Amino acid sequence: MDRREFIKKSVGAGIAAGAFMSVGGFPNIIAKPGTNPTFKPYDLVAVRGGEPGAMFDKGIESLGGIKQFVKPNQTVVVKPNIGWDTSPERAANTNPELVARIIQQCKNAGAKDVYVFDHTCDTWTRTYKNSGIEKAVNDAGGTIVSGDSEGYYQEVEIKGTKKLKSAKVHELILNSDVFINVPVLKHHSSASLTVAMKNLMGVVWDRRFWHRNDLHQCIADYATYNKPTLNVVDAYAVMKRNGPRGVSQADVVTMKSLLISTDMVAADAAAAKMFGVEPDQIPYIKIAHEMKAGRMDLENLNIDRIKI
Amino acid sequence: MKPALLKKFRVVISLLFFVFTAILFLDFSFSLPSEISGTVLYLQLVPSLVKFLQLVALSAAGFIFVMALTLLFGRVYCSTICPLGTLQDVISYISKKFKKKKKRRFVFSHANNRLRYSILLLTIIVFVSGSLFAVNLFDPYSNFGRIVNNLARPVMLGINNALAFALESINIYLIYPVEFKGLDITLLIVPIVILGLLLWLASTKGRLYCNTVCPVGALLGFMSKFSLFKIVVDEKSCTGCGACEKVCKSSCIESKNKYVDFTRCVSCFNCFDSCPTNGLKYEFALKPKVKFKDVEIDLSKRNFISSTLVYLFGLTTLAKAQKQIEVYKDNTVPVIKKNAVSPPGSISIDHFTDSCTACHLCVSACPTQVLQPSFLEYGFLGMLQPHMDNKSGFCNFECKICSDVCPSGAILPVKLDDKKLIQIGKVNFIKENCVVETQGTDCGACSEHCPTKAVKMEPYVNPNFPTPNLRIPTINDEICVGCGACEFACPTKPYKAIYVESNPVHLTAKKPEVEELEPVDTEEDFPF
Repeated sequence: MDRREFIKKSVGAGIAAGAFMSVGGFPNIIAKPGTNPTFKPYDLVAVRGGEPGAMFDKGIESLGGIKQFVKPNQTVVVKPNIGWDTSPERAANTNPELVARIIQQCKNAGAKDVYVFDHTCDTWTRTYKNSGIEKAVNDAGGTIVSGDSEGYYQEVEIKGTKKLKSAKVHELILNSDVFINVPVLKHHSSASLTVAMKNLMGVVWDRRFWHRNDLHQCIADYATYNKPTLNVVDAYAVMKRNGPRGVSQADVVTMKSLLISTDMVAADAAAAKMFGVEPDQIPYIKIAHEMKAGRMDLENLNIDRIKI
Repeated sequence: MKPALLKKFRVVISLLFFVFTAILFLDFSFSLPSEISGTVLYLQLVPSLVKFLQLVALSAAGFIFVMALTLLFGRVYCSTICPLGTLQDVISYISKKFKKKKKRRFVFSHANNRLRYSILLLTIIVFVSGSLFAVNLFDPYSNFGRIVNNLARPVMLGINNALAFALESINIYLIYPVEFKGLDITLLIVPIVILGLLLWLASTKGRLYCNTVCPVGALLGFMSKFSLFKIVVDEKSCTGCGACEKVCKSSCIESKNKYVDFTRCVSCFNCFDSCPTNGLKYEFALKPKVKFKDVEIDLSKRNFISSTLVYLFGLTTLAKAQKQIEVYKDNTVPVIKKNAVSPPGSISIDHFTDSCTACHLCVSACPTQVLQPSFLEYGFLGMLQPHMDNKSGFCNFECKICSDVCPSGAILPVKLDDKKLIQIGKVNFIKENCVVETQGTDCGACSEHCPTKAVKMEPYVNPNFPTPNLRIPTINDEICVGCGACEFACPTKPYKAIYVESNPVHLTAKKPEVEELEPVDTEEDFPF
C-alpha cells in the first residue's frame, strides 16, 4: 500500500466510523449502525472513574463499538508509548491493561493481526519487558514487533508542511488497515506535554531531526500527514512532572480517566485541560489546529462525558 | 576409568565449557540470566586470579582450584576449561577433514622454552609493575572472548538480520533484527592476528600456540613439573610403535626414547586412546626415580629481563600519550574530554584498568552497547579495555548487567539501588552549541532522557529569537550519575551541546529531592 492509499484508507475508516456512530448519552442502548443518520456523532468521548479496560469498553461503546473501526480480516497496528525502562506504576508507558483490552476488542471484531510496536528511547528489549506491555500483548493474542531497526522504516514524502518534508515511517503504520494510537498523558520536558500527536514521534526513525528543526512545528507537520483511525488517551495514572521518563512514583497522580477520539488535536486539547494547561499554551496543539490537522476548540465539539 | 575412556570424557567436558562460554558472548537476545556467567567462568584462570587479588574471596578462588588440579594431574585446564584451547582443537579437527589421509599428523619436537618462558616472564613483570597490558594481550580466555565478540558475533548478527528481514517480507515478525553499533575497525587487528595465528598453528602444529605463545600454558606447564601424577610411558608394555607420537598435538611424546615432556602435555589423553598396548599411564610422581632435567640457565634470560625493563619504561611513556576525545563547540575552540568514562562498579579508572582483562564479556552483555572497546581512551596500556562510549548509547539507569558478568572484578558487583547513585561522570552543557540558543526553538532531548532530572528545562529568553515560552537546559551535576543519555540524545550537529566528563574516581550522586503531589479528585467533573 502506498502513502496515498494509506491516507485514503485512514480517512475512509474515520468517515465510516463517524457515519456509523451510535446514539450518544445512552451507552446501553446501542443503535444499529446507520439507523440514526440525523444524529451528529461524537467528536470525543471522555470517561472517568473506572479501571483502564472498563473505561475503554464504555468509551468505545459510545462510539458504536470497535466494529465501527475494525472490520473482519483487517490488520491493526496499536501504537502505545513503550518508551521507557520503568515499571507500569511509574506511568511513563501506556497502561498494559488498556493495551491488552484494545487488542482483545480488535480480535473479537475479527482482526486478522494486531501488531504492537514503539520506537523506544531506552533499550527496546528492556522497555517492552519492564513496561509489562510485551506480556500483555502476547496474552491478548497480539504480535509485538521491534521498532528498533532502521530497516523497518520506509521513507515517505510529506507535503504541505513547514519543516518536516519527509520522514522514515515504520512499515506497520504504512501497511496496516487500522492504526490505533494509544498514548499516555504525561508532562514532557521537551514538548511541555505528550499525548496523541507527540506519541507519533515513536513511529518515525530520525527523531533528532525533529528536535533540531523546531520540535513543535515538526510534531504538528506530522499530524497533518498521519491521522490514526482512533486515538485512545490513557490518563489513568498521570505523570505531572519530570516527564517523560519521571524520576520516581511521586511524580504520578491517579486520574482514572480515558479519552477517545478520531481527532488527535481534540484528544490532545482535552488531555491538556485535564492536565491543567490551556491547549493554546502548548505550541504544537495550537499550530496543528491552525494547520487544520484537527480541532482544539473543545467548546464547539460534540463530546460524550461518561462517569463510571 | 579405563585410560581410553579419558579422552571421550575430556572431549565432552571441553565442549561443554567451549559451548557455554561462547554462548555467553553470543547471547544477543539476552535470554540468559546474567548471573550464570559467574558459574561458567569461575574456573577461567586469569580473570579469577585478577579478581582474587582484589577481593580475596571464595567467589574468586577458581584459579586456586585450577592450580591444584595442575599440581595433581597436569594441564587439565588447557584441554578442558580453556575455550581458546578447545577452539584450536576444533580448528585442528576441521582442517584434518580437508587434508590428505594417511599423512603423519604430529611428530615430536623440542620445547621452545626460551620463547614460552620469556612471554610468561614478560607478562608477569608487566603485571607486577601494575599494568594488565600483556595479560590482556595473551590471556587465552580474553582472547577467546574477543574473537567471539568482535568477529563471530557480528557475523551471527548479520545472519540473524538477513533472516529477520527475509521473514518480515512475508509478515512474520518472530525474529527481530539487531541494530549493531559496530566496533572500531582498528581494534579488530588484535583478535584477527590472534585468530590468524591460531588457524595457522592449530591446523599444522596442533597446540604449538599453547606451548610457545600462551603465558597461561607456560605457567601451568612449569607447575606441572611438580604434578603428583604424570603421564609416562610404561616401559614394559610399550612396543615403541609410535602411535601415540602421531596423535600428540603437543608434540611432546618421543616414542623412540619412550619420553613424555609433561610440561607441554595438555592432558588431552589422545595417546591413551591411540595406544594398542596400554603403554601409557598416569604415574604417581613422588615414589619413583624421576629426575627432572636441569633447567638451562642462560645469559639471554638476563638480557631478556633488562630489555623488558627498557621496553616497559618505553610503554609507560607511551601510556601518557592519551587520545583526546573532543567535543567541539560549533566553529569554536574544541572542548576536550579529559578522561574516558569507566562503567559503574569499576570504582575508578585506575581500579578498572588494573583489573580488566579485556575479554569483552561486558561489551557482549551490555544491552545498550554503550560499552565499547577502547583504543587510546585509557592510554596505550589500556587498549581494548571497554569504556562508556556515548556515541553508541548510554548507560541504562535500571541496568547493572556488566557488574553481574565481569569475571575479573574490574567491574565489581553492585546492588541496583547503589548503582543508581554511582556517579561515573558529570554533565557539562555548552550553551553555544544548543539549538535553543542557535535556532531559538524548543528541543529538550537531553532533559527528556535524563533519569534523575539533573538536566531540567527552564524558561529562557533568547536575545536573538523572539520565540515565546522558550526553555533551555539547566544542569545540576550533584544529582547527575553520568549515564550519558543527554549526550546520546542531543541532536545538534556536528558537535554535541551536552556531554559527560569522566570522574576518574567515581563519586556518589545525591538523590533527587522528592516532593509530594496533591492527589486528584477522580470524582470531579471534566474540565471541558
